[in-house]
Amino acid sequence: MATLPLLSMTIFLPLLGALAIFLNWGKGGQAQANNARWVALWTSLATLGLSLILWINFNEASSSFQFEDKFRWMPLLNIGYHVGVDGISLPFVVLSALLIPLCILTSWSSIQMRVSEYMIAFLFLETMLIGMFSALDFVLFYVFFEGVLIPMFLIIGIWGGPNRVYAAFKFFLYTLLGSVLSLLAILYIYFEVGGSDIPIALTTPFDPKVQIWLWLAFFASFAVKVPMWPLHTWLPDAHVEAPTAGSVILAGVLLKMGGYGFIRFSLPMFPEACAYFTPFVFTLSTIAIIYTSLVALAQSDMKKLIAYSSVAHMGFVTLGIFTVEAQGVQGAVTQMVSHGLVSAALFLCVGVVYDRVHSREIAAYGGLVHRMPRYASVFMFFILASVGLPGTSGFIGEFLVLLGTYQVNTWVAALAATGMVLGAAYALWLYRRVIFGVLIKSKLNTISDLNWREKIVFSPLIVGVLMIGIYPMPLLRMMEASVANIIDQYNLALESENGLGDEKKAMEMALRR
Amino acid sequence: MNIIGILVVFLPLLGFVLAGVLGEKFGDRFSQLVTCGLMGLSTAFAAYLFLEMGLQEKTMIIPFFTWIQVEFFEVSWGLQLDSLSLVMMAVVTLVSFMVHVYSVGYMKGDPGIPRFMAYLSLFTFFMLILVTAPNFLQMFFGWEGVGLCSYLLIGYWYDREKANAAAIKAFLVNRIGDIGFVLGMLTIFVLFGTLDFESIFVLMEEHENDNFLFLSGQYHGLTLASLLLFIGAMGKSAQIGFHTWLPDAMEGPTPVSALIHAATMVTAGVFMVVRLSPLLEYAPVAREFITLIGAATALMAATIACVQNDIKRIIAYSTCSQLGYMFMAAGLSGYSASMFHLTTHAFFKALLFLGAGAIIHAMSDEQNIQKMGGIWKYIPVTYAVMWIGSLALSGIPFFAGYYSKDMIIEVDWVSYLTIGKLAFVLGLAAAILTAFYSWRLLLLVFHGKPRANEVVMSHIHESPLIMLIPLVVLAIGSIFSGSVLYELFVGEETSFWGPAIFVLPEDEVIKAAHYVYGWVHWSSTIAACCGVALAYLLYVFAKSWPQKLAFTFRGIYTFLCQNWYFDELYEYLFVKPSLKLAKILWEEGDQEVIDGLGPNGLASLSVAWGSVLCRLQTGYVYHYAFAMMIGLVLMVAWYVWL
Repeated sequence: MATLPLLSMTIFLPLLGALAIFLNWGKGGQAQANNARWVALWTSLATLGLSLILWINFNEASSSFQFEDKFRWMPLLNIGYHVGVDGISLPFVVLSALLIPLCILTSWSSIQMRVSEYMIAFLFLETMLIGMFSALDFVLFYVFFEGVLIPMFLIIGIWGGPNRVYAAFKFFLYTLLGSVLSLLAILYIYFEVGGSDIPIALTTPFDPKVQIWLWLAFFASFAVKVPMWPLHTWLPDAHVEAPTAGSVILAGVLLKMGGYGFIRFSLPMFPEACAYFTPFVFTLSTIAIIYTSLVALAQSDMKKLIAYSSVAHMGFVTLGIFTVEAQGVQGAVTQMVSHGLVSAALFLCVGVVYDRVHSREIAAYGGLVHRMPRYASVFMFFILASVGLPGTSGFIGEFLVLLGTYQVNTWVAALAATGMVLGAAYALWLYRRVIFGVLIKSKLNTISDLNWREKIVFSPLIVGVLMIGIYPMPLLRMMEASVANIIDQYNLALESENGLGDEKKAMEMALRR
Repeated sequence: MNIIGILVVFLPLLGFVLAGVLGEKFGDRFSQLVTCGLMGLSTAFAAYLFLEMGLQEKTMIIPFFTWIQVEFFEVSWGLQLDSLSLVMMAVVTLVSFMVHVYSVGYMKGDPGIPRFMAYLSLFTFFMLILVTAPNFLQMFFGWEGVGLCSYLLIGYWYDREKANAAAIKAFLVNRIGDIGFVLGMLTIFVLFGTLDFESIFVLMEEHENDNFLFLSGQYHGLTLASLLLFIGAMGKSAQIGFHTWLPDAMEGPTPVSALIHAATMVTAGVFMVVRLSPLLEYAPVAREFITLIGAATALMAATIACVQNDIKRIIAYSTCSQLGYMFMAAGLSGYSASMFHLTTHAFFKALLFLGAGAIIHAMSDEQNIQKMGGIWKYIPVTYAVMWIGSLALSGIPFFAGYYSKDMIIEVDWVSYLTIGKLAFVLGLAAAILTAFYSWRLLLLVFHGKPRANEVVMSHIHESPLIMLIPLVVLAIGSIFSGSVLYELFVGEETSFWGPAIFVLPEDEVIKAAHYVYGWVHWSSTIAACCGVALAYLLYVFAKSWPQKLAFTFRGIYTFLCQNWYFDELYEYLFVKPSLKLAKILWEEGDQEVIDGLGPNGLASLSVAWGSVLCRLQTGYVYHYAFAMMIGLVLMVAWYVWL
């Protein structure tokens, strides 16, 4: 087992599936579509299996990268193929591998046009995502990071709603703009370090003045992805136009690329800059939580509402990361995983009724509980998880982030805590308008409850949300050592440097007395 | 003992799962049997625990497994059984069992019986988790869980617009309070490094004088934590300012009002305050605040109750008011007195609500007491139990409420805190009003000429046995729970509470309360009698007076009828501005400013520049030659002058 390149297999297996679908072209018609569906499903399930094997064999006690595969790719330029996972990337690898099969299942009958291409796009996307989370070489990372955009752009632009072209371009250009800046930073780091290996770069100290610029360049890229206020307006448009599965993967995994990037690169490489920019990030995050929660209240489109709620929830993530406290950072990762499950499920919930009624307008619904009691229960469950009810995964993430934040800054924590009320307001109000009330709209009179395929899609998400809510220790232990390592390194860097860090440290000390 | 404790808590959860999952398949009867049966078992075990452990003054903690552990932050699931939680368990399970049984009769014919029974059991589970929590976080889990069930049950009739609105309101108002709870919890963690009750209470003296930097101000740590946590309690226990959700919550089915919005959930705030006695003892300022809020609520809610016409709303405001009494006592260190009142109140308030449910049933779903009257002889059992409930509520001697309310009034009197005297006065005033509105209700509902139409009158019937049995059981509790538990709970020599309640020697009010002047002791009884007499005067002897009074003092009357304008104030201050702000941020902020200046602005800018640059490419050679000339001149100039 140990000799197998497990991680590389996990990364490239979906691509193999995509190739199989591609080779099986020609036949056309229903047979080809069905073939593509089954190949995609089994490939993604096998990938999920592989990712679980990774999890089982993962050594929690170690903070170093595991399952490393390395060979020289462009030896003259000192660029290599290098992958590996630690406790911070593994949760996202498993999350991606879990969501893709659900995406394929949920598109089973709702996608009837260009099925093979659609499945290829998703499998290609999976390779890019898992590769992105496990890349340990900057060039490789950048390839995967940008590679994600291509299938996503196509998924929105081809299988999306009426305004899909605008949304696809907005999404693409926004994220590309950020990425270009981060490419400049990567080039600088490459010349500074003399190679593109990430583990080496992570331990290379950078001049604090340079750090500021590098940090900003990376920030541009990651903040768009998160997305942080005010760079968030691409998200609602992209969500609204994307097909259900596109929204699922967008909310479930793509948004995590930003948070992951902050933890993976910004904290260890630019500690002084991080300390310098902490108040800035705190401000943006707090605004994001309150502002977008309020905006969510004003939405009349279900998907837009959930998209805005995503921005608010991701505000907690950036908040937690920049506390650089164990509770805050672990809370941020937990919040990301939780949001990956919950928002994915919420978009699936919208997809269920969209498939039947073909409207995302809240006003088009009402009284669904009369015809769809099971759907109502499932929807309620995820609404509550989104609200952050204790016992669901949403609570663990939010609470740990607040715990970390409160030790650094009580103002920020208190303001962020108002998100608890606003979050409940828009979520329950949405639920009331869609599910409760008298069923009067004639279109809904014949609507059917969840079918078996939809039940299969929802069950792993329900289990995941409850598991993390009641016993999050497997997840927390998985990341414990890696997070501790990053924080230690961060504090060490700030202590040894007599630059920008002192102020923050002194403030922290004063707060803790 | 372990396994019994676990069974008490988890049997209701099992009931929820069985009724929730299989109820649809096996039908109403199955879900009623399984939830009532398991609830009965749970009640029996809770009673056994109370007798075996509570009376023997044994305590124990049953640990389960780690919930969250990050660095030095660690919380575990578990059950803490001590006299405080054992009392709560006994009360909660008993009332819940009675309400389960009553619901079988009350909800007959409702299409959603399995769902209803499942929710009731789920609620009981969360409530039990709350009271047995060994740490703040698990308490919060139960706390939010009961809030969820309250939301689900208020909105149980989901077709009704009003019920939905009330459900969301209840959840949101509670959530606002919960911000306080969470921040308080965080403060505790920063101060003590743990959230376990036992560890915190041991460290209390060490941190007695800690200061804490909160929102750019320096505060006494324990006071700050207590106040923040108390905000949570205010939300859950519907204290003044946060009380607006409780009257609206009456949109839920009546058994729900009895169980959740009278006997158990709303007392969670009181329970928390009592649980935190070791903390509050070191935060005297916070305790004064608690007393003040309690006294203000007791009086405010009682005044509103006097003018309400909806039978359930009267009892709801009464609940608010009685909870105020409990906080009043707790703030003055009379924790055991407040637990005593909590216990007796659970009996007589559940009784009053269930009795009201029986009346509403008998009157074909009429809730307005102005449209009742003269029905006592048709429903004698209900009439009798409503009398018992009112006697107990008003504190007429030898009924349950007499002992507990009297104790609170005495605690108010003996406390050395100045606020105690204020509480004493407000408490007595509220006691007069309590008796008044109770008898107003009795007289208007049962006596006088029938004001309902003939159709309704001809349908009046006594409730079925399955509803009467719980009423009788609770009536017995309302008569005897006071006298039986008096010595145990607040007796001079009692050691029943053991380590569960901590009182500093100088705050020892319960002992002192046994030695007050005779007039203090009887003052609450006299107040109650005054209230009863007033009610008889206005509603039996001088029936035209209420209207005249309402007309003469119409300013005050409308003020009371409008519930002190709290709802209007909040609507004006918070709800409308938030919605307006939401619209502005969405339309102006996101669409105009961010998108307008950001992506769309850049897009149109590049299109505009594109068309400008387009014009440069005219295609005429002399234009290009001219441009080259200018370039050449500039280049030469550059080299010459630099």
